[in-house]
Amino acid sequence: MSKCLKALALSFAALLVLTTEHGFSAPRQDGKKAAPPAAKKTGIGREATAKEIEGWNISVRPDGRGLPVGKGTVKQGEPLYVERCASCHGEFGESAGRWPILSGGNGTLKGHDPVRSVGSYWPYASTLIDYIRRAMPFGAAQSLTNNELYAITAYVLYLNDVIRDERFELNERNFMSIRLPNQPNFIDDDRESTEKEFWRKTPCMTNCVPDEAKITGRAQIIDVTPETGKSPKVE
Amino acid sequence: MAGTDRHKDKPAASRRTVLRAALAAGGAAALGRSALADAGNPANQPPNVPDWTRNLGDGVAVRAYGKPSKHEAHVIRRDVEWLTASRESSVSFTPLHELDGVITPNGLGFERHHSGIAEIDPADYRLIIHGLVDKPLIFTLDDLKRFPRVNRIHFCECAANSGMEWRGAQLNGCQYTHGMVHCVMYTGVTLKTLLDEAGLKPKAKWLLLEGGDAAAMTRSLPLQKALDDALIAYRMNGEMLYPEHGYPARVVLPGWEANMWVKWLRRIEVGDQPWHHREETSKYTDLLENGIARRFTFVMDAKSVITNPSPQAPLRHKSGFTILSGIAWSGRGKISRVDVSLDGGRNWRPARIDGPAWDKALTRFYYEFDWDGRELLLQSRAIDETGYVQPTKNELRKLRGVNSVYHNNGVQTWHVHKNGEVENVEVS
Repeated sequence: MSKCLKALALSFAALLVLTTEHGFSAPRQDGKKAAPPAAKKTGIGREATAKEIEGWNISVRPDGRGLPVGKGTVKQGEPLYVERCASCHGEFGESAGRWPILSGGNGTLKGHDPVRSVGSYWPYASTLIDYIRRAMPFGAAQSLTNNELYAITAYVLYLNDVIRDERFELNERNFMSIRLPNQPNFIDDDRESTEKEFWRKTPCMTNCVPDEAKITGRAQIIDVTPETGKSPKVE
Repeated sequence: MAGTDRHKDKPAASRRTVLRAALAAGGAAALGRSALADAGNPANQPPNVPDWTRNLGDGVAVRAYGKPSKHEAHVIRRDVEWLTASRESSVSFTPLHELDGVITPNGLGFERHHSGIAEIDPADYRLIIHGLVDKPLIFTLDDLKRFPRVNRIHFCECAANSGMEWRGAQLNGCQYTHGMVHCVMYTGVTLKTLLDEAGLKPKAKWLLLEGGDAAAMTRSLPLQKALDDALIAYRMNGEMLYPEHGYPARVVLPGWEANMWVKWLRRIEVGDQPWHHREETSKYTDLLENGIARRFTFVMDAKSVITNPSPQAPLRHKSGFTILSGIAWSGRGKISRVDVSLDGGRNWRPARIDGPAWDKALTRFYYEFDWDGRELLLQSRAIDETGYVQPTKNELRKLRGVNSVYHNNGVQTWHVHKNGEVENVEVS
């Protein structure tokens, strides 16, 4: 055995020991378990400082974790909303064009044209303040002060009749008193039990449906497909 | 010179003109293109000798970064303008009908952005892992590349792929009906490796993945998936990720909906419960007929589509030997079989899978037959290794209604007319 081969064999053996010891494995493309070497610490990277984390950690959870310190009333929120939000979301949250609708739609979820607004669909108010904080206004993300954030959030909740008094001041201490009505109407993924019928031992191969197939709908009649000539220009 | 001059002499035969004529005639756009391709230019064909056989061409490195032939310039991602309010928060679609095999070229994989593409300087790239860990860590891109690497080929499908088709046939082309999927080889580090480095606290159950784009896009991820097969990838098909796919680092969650594959990844927070953020409550939840909405519907059900022929790629011959080609995939594992039907789902026959049928990856199938020139109602159905059989659209609607937007994996029907044109239809 050449030196080179011996070294290879040795390191391979070491690898085997390591993998067995740590029981570390990740699925391989063929579905079997393969093991990138060593689950032990490499020392790569460095400890993140509290200040670094604070600068980027903007997430808010339904239990109130992550709520920034601040306050704002519905009344204070109205002019801010009109100035920075209404051009896309509409003066009353009804949406302008195809931008997301923020209000209305109560009682529509079982109908033919369900409206998924903050008040009619969203389960948690924390989602609203979190999203405004991280992504709004569109094109000027993370530009709001904490007080502006609370004021605009309060105003959107007011548009949804979740807050009814325009003098109401929303802050990090009373935020958890806000409840959205549709919260109970979410369930975790249950497809593997409710759609069990899609696991079929012997899928039908011949004469699976009686009668000849009839066309019941055509895309060309609806005619909403972009024309090839209109696509983005390529150099 | 013959070839070039001939084209100059005949501007009326430009592709665009033919396309317009075809559209005006009410035909499929692509039919015009194929007619042109069939005609060609006799001056370039035997017994004549074309320019490219007489004259020198470009030398090496003139095309320092290669791209497809100028004759393939129509093979691009396309968007549907009316779908969204702005291109920064929108989607473009993979031209599936122009591709074969199972790997998507880097420049053609569909895009979905929530606040546009973040252009990140790799020198300033940082990834923070914190929360319920022994030691919060911060990594540079070079740090990520120092960890043990893995290579994985997986499909990536938007949960809203085919979402416009819930109420009936709407968009005429598999690029639009099924083009929110692509499949590349990712190179990166397993998420488990990074979590081991930080050390998980016993209460850790969920992770928050957060992007560095102007939406700071977030999704909650169950820890089990993170430990099972999640990757933090920085390469696709060997190259560094393209900016539109999350350069310099993104999350890869094999078999799970693409919205969770956070691009431009900047932060991973470890917690004991999900965050219920916008993309897992207001969006990416599946509203059922009874007003109840399913959440955390992560897995992509088995699905398939015939890519050729399809409305953008009609049949160019009137009859005779004909190849159907398509792709199948499943978020639960490998594709074990694909069946095709020529009569709208009355009778089925197994298709021929060619090339690799990898775990949670696009799988290519073909079906060859002698076309007698009659109208066809083409369908394909995927069967995965768990025994899941791709349902018809009506079977799906029966269980879910038509309001769920996401996870439409119903069987697609293409109507092939006698003249070879193809239309997106629904059948009884």
